[in-house]
Amino acid sequence: MSINSVYTQIITDAARDKTNRREIPGAQFTLSGVNPSCGDEIAVQLELDTQESYASLAEVPDDVVITDCSYLGQGCAISQASAAFLAELLTGKTVGQARELRDTFLGMIKGSVTDEEALDKLEDAQALAGVAKMPARVKCATLAWHTLSE
Amino acid sequence: MNRQDFPTTALTENDYPIRYFDSGATSLRPSAVLSAIERSSIHNNANPHRGIYTLSVRATQEYEDARRTVAEFINAETEEIIFTRNATESLNLIAFTLPPVLFQDKTKNNIVIPISEHHSNFVPWQRFVKSNGYELRFLYCDKQTGDIPDSEIEAKIDEGTAIVSFATVSNVLGVHLPVEKLTQKAHSVGAVVILDAAQSVAHEQLDVKALDCDLAVFSGHKMYGPFGIGVLYGKKELLDKMPPFLTGGDMIDDVTETLTTYSPVPYKFEAGTQNVTGAAGLAEAVRYIKNLGYDAIAEEENAVLQYLTEELEKLPFVTLTIPSPTVPRASVVSFSMDDVHPHDAATVLSEYGVCVRAGKHCAHPLLDYLGVPFRATLRASLGVYNDTSDVDALIHALKETYAFLTKTSKPV
Repeated sequence: MSINSVYTQIITDAARDKTNRREIPGAQFTLSGVNPSCGDEIAVQLELDTQESYASLAEVPDDVVITDCSYLGQGCAISQASAAFLAELLTGKTVGQARELRDTFLGMIKGSVTDEEALDKLEDAQALAGVAKMPARVKCATLAWHTLSE
Repeated sequence: MNRQDFPTTALTENDYPIRYFDSGATSLRPSAVLSAIERSSIHNNANPHRGIYTLSVRATQEYEDARRTVAEFINAETEEIIFTRNATESLNLIAFTLPPVLFQDKTKNNIVIPISEHHSNFVPWQRFVKSNGYELRFLYCDKQTGDIPDSEIEAKIDEGTAIVSFATVSNVLGVHLPVEKLTQKAHSVGAVVILDAAQSVAHEQLDVKALDCDLAVFSGHKMYGPFGIGVLYGKKELLDKMPPFLTGGDMIDDVTETLTTYSPVPYKFEAGTQNVTGAAGLAEAVRYIKNLGYDAIAEEENAVLQYLTEELEKLPFVTLTIPSPTVPRASVVSFSMDDVHPHDAATVLSEYGVCVRAGKHCAHPLLDYLGVPFRATLRASLGVYNDTSDVDALIHALKETYAFLTKTSKPV
């Protein structure tokens, strides 16, 4: 069954792993996303290595480093695993790299990015590639990543 | 039961027969309805109410026959039946045209709805009161029984209430609302009663005269009819007072450069070319229900529903959203699976051909109020095609799904 390619060990484990499901006290950004079909609400928190203050993430220069990344909220295994992968992946990256990774991830789910070298950069988040074949669950997989475009 | 009447039940998913438990969202359609749509599309394909030629006359006849069929079905007068797209459009029509009439009475200042209402009977009212100072009040139900306490009805519906609008059956909880009690209280303070019968009309008789509701709505597609055709019933004297909702062709008496006079009800509410094939399909769905008979439908569905709830209660990892209803449920049961999000469960159940609804069921305020895990539930709802073999398949799939989604359980 195709379901086995989506609900893999790595995804179910990530969904239960609450290491990065926590509040960052000094976070500069708390980016919220809602999936209206299931009601899942997720907030991604970013702590940046900068003294500047920016009105939105879009204004932050590419070279600023993300020193910590976490997520809050509850949801289905796919949205939780996706948020956990995101938090793990973005910690220590620059904002510019985060933007590229977001585009690669969204491209993977859309099916438009298939280049293995590009996908490898997503590390564990590649495990969600199978969601591309499940239209009903695409919103769950992309919820956390879309918050980076706010 | 009547499975053979519904071609969709012959479909499979991964070699499993389709087990359809989402009739609360939309029902399957019997061959008779599908044939009626095709027949009408071929033989009566013309614009109704306009043409002089025979084909158009037949289209008009079909459409007006359908109106009569629906009127008889709910014990209304023919001119009291307005065709819309669905219950949502019917409710929007009411929410846009009724309040301006009722709130001319300056003693009126509020609208009352149960917290359990579907967004279709929630958002239109919320939007209306946002644009003025009126109050939208909610009747809160008991979380164990789903019942609205009498004290709640007494406290919320008062002399200032202009409208009491509610579903006959909650699309999430499956509980019957106290139609008579709410209607009596509403009428005692001079409020208008609107019934949303979308969730009940495929299962129980809607008799608008016996219930004495002022307006009622339902959708064709939840009662074995086609998509895109719905019904608005209203007492004639009330409909006469309400202004048109959409305007345009077919709903006018005359139009000059500066003035339009409207057709009488029901036509003043039916602007533009109407859905003749939809009406033909809906009329056939009415005949289908009448042929089965509500008594037989209730007897068979209630037996399946009882078996379903008993089997669900046996599963240690399942919690029913309303554990102890005081009145038997109506064809809908919501439940949760321990530690498993309803969307994950529904995805895996689908692999076994089992179609259930998962999420917030277009009733976000209710799910927030109930405070269930994940603020979402699984929902199984029944139609006349479901039998105990469907229930057995659902229960089997639920066990497999739970095992699958919790198999890698690591300590958190």
